Amino acid sequence: MSVASEPRTEWELAPPWSTRLKGMFGSTVKAAKRDVVLAVSITILLIGLFLAFFGPTLARTDYERTDPINRMQAPNTNHWFGTDNWGRDVFDRTIVGTRLSFLVGFSVTLISTVIGVGVALVISYFKILDAIMMRFVDGLLAFPTILLALALISLIGPSVGNVIIALSLTATAGKIRLVRGAVLSLRESTYVDAARAVGVPVPRILFLHVLPNIVSIIIVQATFTLASAILAEASLSFLGAGVPEYVPSWGNIIATGQGYIQVGFHISFFPGLFLTITVLAVVLIGDSVRDHLDPKLRGRLKTTAQQ
Amino acid sequence: MTEALLKVKNLHTEFRTEGGIVKAVDDVSFEVNAGEIFALVGESGCGKSVTALSIMGLIPNPPGEITSGSIEFDGVDLLSLPSREMRAIRGSRIGMIFQEPMSSLNPVLTIESQLAEPLKIHENLSGNVANDRAKELIDMVGIPDSATRMKQYPHELSGGQRQRIMIAMAMACSPQLLIADEATTALDVTIQAQILDLMQDVTSQTGASLLIITHNLGIVARYADRVGVMYAGKLREVSDASDLYAEPHHPYTVGLLQSVPRLDADKGSPLSPIAGEIPDLTDLPEGCAFNPRCEWAVDKCRIEQPTLEETKPGKQVACFEHETVALRV
Amino acid sequence: MSTTAVSPEQQSIKPETGPILETRQLKIHFPVKRGLIIQRTVGVVKAVDGVDIQIKHGETLGLVGESGSGKTTLGRAILRLNDVADGSVRFEGQEVLELPGREMRRLRQKIGMVFQDPYGSLNPRMTAGNIVAEPMLVHKIFKDRSEITDRVMELFDTVGLNRSMATRYPHEFSGGQRQRIGIARALAPGPSLLICDEPVSALDVSIQAQIISLFDRLKEEQKLTYLFIAHDLSIVRHVSDSVAVMYLGKVMEQGNADDVYRNPQHPYTKALLSAVPIPDPKVERKRDRVVLKGDIPSPLNPPKGCVFNTRCPVAEDRCFVEVPLPQTFSDGRQIACHKVNP
Repeated sequence: MSVASEPRTEWELAPPWSTRLKGMFGSTVKAAKRDVVLAVSITILLIGLFLAFFGPTLARTDYERTDPINRMQAPNTNHWFGTDNWGRDVFDRTIVGTRLSFLVGFSVTLISTVIGVGVALVISYFKILDAIMMRFVDGLLAFPTILLALALISLIGPSVGNVIIALSLTATAGKIRLVRGAVLSLRESTYVDAARAVGVPVPRILFLHVLPNIVSIIIVQATFTLASAILAEASLSFLGAGVPEYVPSWGNIIATGQGYIQVGFHISFFPGLFLTITVLAVVLIGDSVRDHLDPKLRGRLKTTAQQ
Repeated sequence: MTEALLKVKNLHTEFRTEGGIVKAVDDVSFEVNAGEIFALVGESGCGKSVTALSIMGLIPNPPGEITSGSIEFDGVDLLSLPSREMRAIRGSRIGMIFQEPMSSLNPVLTIESQLAEPLKIHENLSGNVANDRAKELIDMVGIPDSATRMKQYPHELSGGQRQRIMIAMAMACSPQLLIADEATTALDVTIQAQILDLMQDVTSQTGASLLIITHNLGIVARYADRVGVMYAGKLREVSDASDLYAEPHHPYTVGLLQSVPRLDADKGSPLSPIAGEIPDLTDLPEGCAFNPRCEWAVDKCRIEQPTLEETKPGKQVACFEHETVALRV
Repeated sequence: MSTTAVSPEQQSIKPETGPILETRQLKIHFPVKRGLIIQRTVGVVKAVDGVDIQIKHGETLGLVGESGSGKTTLGRAILRLNDVADGSVRFEGQEVLELPGREMRRLRQKIGMVFQDPYGSLNPRMTAGNIVAEPMLVHKIFKDRSEITDRVMELFDTVGLNRSMATRYPHEFSGGQRQRIGIARALAPGPSLLICDEPVSALDVSIQAQIISLFDRLKEEQKLTYLFIAHDLSIVRHVSDSVAVMYLGKVMEQGNADDVYRNPQHPYTKALLSAVPIPDPKVERKRDRVVLKGDIPSPLNPPKGCVFNTRCPVAEDRCFVEVPLPQTFSDGRQIACHKVNP
C-alpha cells in the first residue's frame, strides 16, 4: 500500500499543458522502448500514415486503368499481390487505398468522439436538454447504420465528405448514449460530491473529475469506431453510395474481390490483411494509452517492469 | 465447561495473491469450551474471519489453502474429513451467520422453503413436519406473525429480520457451535442489541457454544466469556473477558483498549491511539509484526517472533515484554 | 486565512458568541417518482422534517441517529448538495438556501466537508497534492502558484502526512491516510465550520482513534467548529459539546452533551444509549438495559403522530395521534416527547 516503489520527483502543482504534453510524449517513447508490442503498433500506424500521404506517388502502375489481358493474375514477381478482375495491380490499389480508408476511419472516429463526448458531458447537466437529446439519439440508433447512411447520402449525394458525415452521425449517437451513461453514474460518486462541496465550478468538475475517469471507455469505443467506419465505407462503396468503384479504398477492393473469392482470393485478402493489421495496431495502442492514463495500472506496470 | 468442544491447533491458512503468499492465519491455536461464548477480536486483515471460514471448511481453494494444523470438533478432526461429511457437519452441527444476510439468502425462494430445506436434508423430516418446525423456528427468533412471514421473500424483510432468519436457519438442526462472523456490523445499534441478545438466548437454551467474530470491543465486553485478540494473522492474547479489560498483557490489546472512546467517559478524556498503520500482510515487518507500532518493543522483538505462552491461569500472551506491560497497569 | 475577502458588514454580524450555524424548520422532502416517460409522484420521503439545530462558534455539535434518521441528508443540505431543502439555514447570519450560485460557491470556502467513504471521496486520477490544492485554485486564494504549493505542504504537515506523499495517487494510500487527505482538502480554503459525515466509521479501531485525535487537535489549533455526524454514540460522546439525537427525520432530544449522555430524558435516547455496549465488562454487565422491540419504520411510510410510537416502551394514546413538539427545559435541553414535560 504505502510502499515507495521508486523515488519520485517532488510534487508540484498541476503543471502547464505544454510540459504535460511533453511528459506524455516522453513517457510514450519510454513505454514503447520497454513494450515491444506497443513499439510495433506505433510503427505500423506510422507506415500507414506514410502510405496515406505518399501512396499515389509510390504506385508503379496506373491503378485506375483497366488491363483486361492481365486480369486475375495470382501474386507474382511483377504483381506482388496479383491483379484484379480488371487487371489492375492489387498491390498498388491497396497502397493507394490506404489514404481513403485512413481518411474515413480517423475522421469519423475523431468527429464522433469529440462531438459525442462533448454533447454527453453538457447534456448530463441539463435535464430538459438531456431528455430531448436522448430521444433524438434513440431515434437515430433505431435504424441500422448502413441504412441510415444510405438514406442520407442519397439525399446529399455520394462523395467522400458525405460518407464521413453520414457515418459520423450514427457513430456520434452511439457515443452520446455510452458516455452519458458513464457520466451520470460518475456524477453520483463521492469525489464529485466532494469537489462540489469545496466549490469547484461545473465545467471544471466535468473536465477534471468526470472526463479523466471515463477515458478508458472512450478509448475502447474509439478503436471500435475506427474499425467499423473503415468497413462501413466499404459497404457504402459496394452499394454505390460511396466513392466510385475505380477509386481504390480498402473497402472498395475487398468488395470487388468478394465476387471472385473462389478463383482469386488474393484480391480481397491483401487489403483485408492491411485492414486487420491497422485495426489491431490501433486497438493495442488504445489499450496501452488507457493503461498509462490510469494511475493504478501505471503503478503495476512499473513494478512488473522492475521485476 | 471442562471439555473443549472445538480445538484449533497450530492452524495455518495461506492465500496466493499477486503480491506473494499471504499468511492470513499464522499458527493460531485456541479452544472453545462447550456452552461458552468465545470472541475473536481484531481489525481488518487480522485473520479472524479466515479462522472462522477455516473451521467451516469454506476457504476457497485456490487461492486459499489450509497448509497445516488441526481443527478438532467434538473429538473429530475436521480437516481430515471428506467433503461430503464436512458438508453434513456444516449444516447441522456447526451453524454460521455472516455479516450480509442478503447474500446468504436466496432471493427467489420464500423464507419457508429456505428454512425447511436444511431440515429435510439433515434431519430427514417430511415436508409438513419440516414446515411446522420452520414456523417454530421463526417464532423462536422473535419474528411476529410467522405465518405471513413464511410466505415472504427475503427482500420483503428488514435487515434485522433477515439476520433473525439467518439465526433460525443456523439453529434449525440444533448445532453445538454457532459462529457469528461480524453478524451485527451492518445493523443499527438498537437492532444490533436485539440480534446479539437473541443469539445469546438461543445458544444458552440449547447449550451450544457461540463463537463471535467482531471488531467491536463493546460487544465482546457485553457477551463474551473468553476472548482471543488477533493481529496480522496471529493470536496475540487469549484471556477471560473480564481479565482482558482489567489487565491487558499484550501491548496491542492495551493500545486497542485505549483507542476506543467510551460512552461513559467524560467529554474530552484523551484517547491514546496506536501510532502507525496496520501492516500489509504481503510485507510484514521482521520479528513481531506489531513491533513498529509498539512502545515497549526491544531489540529482540525486531528479530524473533514471540509465541503464545501462558502467563497466568486462563491467560496466554504472545509478547517478550509482557511482564513489563503488565507492570504498567 | 486573513487573505480571504470578507466584507465589513459580514464581519459585523458575526458575533463570536452567537450561533455560527442555525437551521429553522428545515425540511428536506424527496419526491418518490414512478413511470418511465410520464413520471408521477407517488409519495414523499421526509428525510428531514422540521429540524432546528444550532451550533455555537468553536463548539462541536454531534448529530446522531440510526439509518433513515436523516442525519446525512441534513449535513449535505447545509452545503446544498441536494437542492430540495425548505425552511432556513443560516450560516454566520447569512441565509444559505437563498444564495445565488456564485455566492454559494464562495460560501463553500467557509464550510468544509469530510466524507465517510475514504475510498470513493478522492478522484483516483489526481495526485494527493492536486486534490488538496484544488479548493485554493478554484477560489483563487493565492496569486502565486508557489504559495499554493507551500500551503499544500503545510496542510500535509497539519494532518500528519509525509510531504513526499503529495505525488502519490489515492490508491497508494491506506484508508486512514486517505481520510487525512480528505481532511486536508476540507481545511485548504480555511473554513470556519467543518461538516464531518461519518468520518471514521469506515476505518479500523486503531486508525479511528488517530483520526479522532486529529480532529481534537485541529479544533484546538484552528478554532474550528464541527458538525459531527455519526452513528457511533461513543465517538460522538468523545468529540461533542452538544448533541442532537435524530429519528426518522426529526430531532428527538438535543442539548448539552454531558447532560444528554448522563441523564437522557427521551425514551428513544435512553434506549439508544443503553444499546451501545461499553468496552468494560465490569461496567457493562451491571447496566440496566432497555432493548427496543421491532424495527425502524421505513421513512417512506413513517408512523402517524410521534414517529417513535411503534417502538416506544411508554407510548400512550396521544402519541399515536399528535406529533410532539420540541419543548425547551430549564437546562436548555429540547425534548420532543408527550411524556416528558418541563
